[in-house]
Amino acid sequence: MTSERRFALALVAPALAAILLVAVFPLGWTVWESLHRHDLRMPWLGRPFVGLGNYAEILRDGRFRGAMAHTATFTAVTVALELLLGLFLALAMNRAFRGRALVRAAVLVPWAIPTVVAALLWRFLFDSQAGVVNAALTGLGATAEAPVWFVDGTLAWVPLVLADVWKTTPFVALLLLAGLQNIPGELYEAAAVDGAGRWGRLRHVTLPLLRPAILVALVFRTMDAFRVFDLVYVLTGGGPGTATETIALYTFNTLFQNLRFGYGSALSVTVFAVTFALAMIYVRALGTGPAGEGR
Amino acid sequence: MRGRGAGPLATAALALLVAFAAFPFAWALLASVTPEAELFRGGGVLPERWVADHYRALFATRDFWVPIRNSLVVAGTTTAFCVTVGGLAAYALARLDFPGKAPVLGLVLAVTMFPQISIVSPLFLLLRGLRLIDTYPGLVLPYLTFAMPLTVWLLVGYFRQIPPDLEEAARIDGATRWQALTRVVLPLAVPGLATTAILTFIYCWNEFLFALSFTLGPDRRTVPVAIALFRGQYQVPWGEVLAASVVATAPVAALVLAFQRRIVQGLTSGAVKG
Repeated sequence: MTSERRFALALVAPALAAILLVAVFPLGWTVWESLHRHDLRMPWLGRPFVGLGNYAEILRDGRFRGAMAHTATFTAVTVALELLLGLFLALAMNRAFRGRALVRAAVLVPWAIPTVVAALLWRFLFDSQAGVVNAALTGLGATAEAPVWFVDGTLAWVPLVLADVWKTTPFVALLLLAGLQNIPGELYEAAAVDGAGRWGRLRHVTLPLLRPAILVALVFRTMDAFRVFDLVYVLTGGGPGTATETIALYTFNTLFQNLRFGYGSALSVTVFAVTFALAMIYVRALGTGPAGEGR
Repeated sequence: MRGRGAGPLATAALALLVAFAAFPFAWALLASVTPEAELFRGGGVLPERWVADHYRALFATRDFWVPIRNSLVVAGTTTAFCVTVGGLAAYALARLDFPGKAPVLGLVLAVTMFPQISIVSPLFLLLRGLRLIDTYPGLVLPYLTFAMPLTVWLLVGYFRQIPPDLEEAARIDGATRWQALTRVVLPLAVPGLATTAILTFIYCWNEFLFALSFTLGPDRRTVPVAIALFRGQYQVPWGEVLAASVVATAPVAALVLAFQRRIVQGLTSGAVKG
C-alpha cells in the first residue's frame, strides 16, 4: 500500500466508523428487531422470533392504512404547493432589484426556525380563543361562528399544510433560484431574437433547463414530507383522534407510547423502504456528484 | 431576464410573500410582550402596554436556561466533533486517491437520506443498554447519524473547490502530507468549514425526534422538546410559549442573517436536507 493510500484511509476511518456505528448498524438492527415480537411493557414474554409476522399485521392494520393515506395526501398537497410557489418566488427573485437581500433574509428565517417553533406559531394563529385567524374571519363577517380548527378532522389539515408550506417553500425557492442562475443569459437573448415572448421563454428555455433543479427539489421535498413528524406532533398531535396521524407519528406512538418495539420496527422499515425507493429515483435521475457536480 | 428590474406585479407579489414569510414570527414577537389577559381577548393588533412578564416567567419559574444550556452543549459538541472528524475524511475523499473511495461517498450520500424514524428503535435499545438515556452523550451519539454524513458531504464539495496547485507546490518544497493539509489547505478551507459548522449547528439546534425519544425529564431536554412539552394548568400558556419560541429562534435567526450569502450557497450546492 502506498503512503498516500495509508494516509487517506487513516483520515477517512474515524468518520466512516462513526457512520457505520450510529447509522448503518442500527438500520440492520431495526430490520432484525422487526422480525421479533418485542413488547417493552411485557418483558417476561421475552423477544420471540416471529418471522414476517409483524409485516403480516401491517397488511391488516387499518390505522396503518389511514396513516399512509394521510401521509400521501399531505405529501402530494404540500409538495405541489411548495413547488409552484417556490418556482414563482425563484423567478421573481432572479430579477435584479433593490431589496433583494431583504427578500432573501425574509425567506431564510422560516427555513431556519425550529420546526417545533413553526408548529407552535401556526397553532397560535389558529387558536380558537387567542388566534388571529378566527378574529379576522369573524371580524370580516366571513363566518358567523368561528371554526374550531383542531377538533375537525378535515379543518385540522389547514394549519398543518399552511405551516409546512410556510416553512419549506423558501428552501425550494433557493434551490430553484440556484438553478435559474446557471441558465446562460444568451439563451434568453437567442430566444428573444427568434421572437419568443415572455411565456415562450419560460416554456422553452427556463423550464427545460430548470428540470434538474426542479427534480432535486421535488425528490427532497417528497422524502421530507413523507416522514413529517415534528410538525404534526406539535400542531395537532395526530388528532382529532387519528385524523391527522402520519406514518412517522404512528411509528413513534407504536414505539414510545405502546412500547411495541417489534411492530414499531416493522413500521420503521416500511418508512425506510419508501424513502429508499424515492432516493433511488433521485440517484437514477441525476447521478451522484456532490456539490454542484452532475446537477 | 436577468439584469432587468422586477415589474410592478412581481414586486407586489414579492412584497406579499415577504409579508407571508415574516407575519407569523412578527405576530409571535408582538404577542410575547402582550399581557396574558389581553392575549385571550384576541384580535388586537398592538398591545395596550408592553410587558416582559412572559420572558421573566420563562427564566424564573420554568428554568428555561436549562434547555438552552443542554441545546448549546449537545449542538456544540456534535458540530465540533463532526467538523473535525468529518473534515479530515472529506479532505481525503475530495483530494486523495484510495480504494473504496466511490462506495464510501455513495454510503455518505445514502446515509444523509436515512429517515430518523427508521433507526430510532435500535438507538433507544442501544442507548438504554449503555445507560446513556437522558445524558449528553446519549444525544450527541444519535446526532452523529445525520450530522456526520451532512458535514462530510458539504465539506467534500468545499475541498474540491480549493485549487490543488498550492498543495502540490508545498509538497515539492518538502512539506509532508500532514503539513500540506494543516498549513496550506486548512487555512483556505476556513470559510467552507465555518459554513458547514453553522449549518450543522442549526440542524442540531432544531432537532426534535431524537431529543424527544432519548430524554426522560427536564434535566436533559433540549430547547425544542422543552417548548413542545410546555403545559399550562388550564390552557396553553401562550405568552410563555411564544416568548420561548422567540428565544429558541434568536440564535439561528442571528446566524442566518449574519451569514445568509454563505448559508444559501451551502444549502443549494450540497443540498441534502430541507
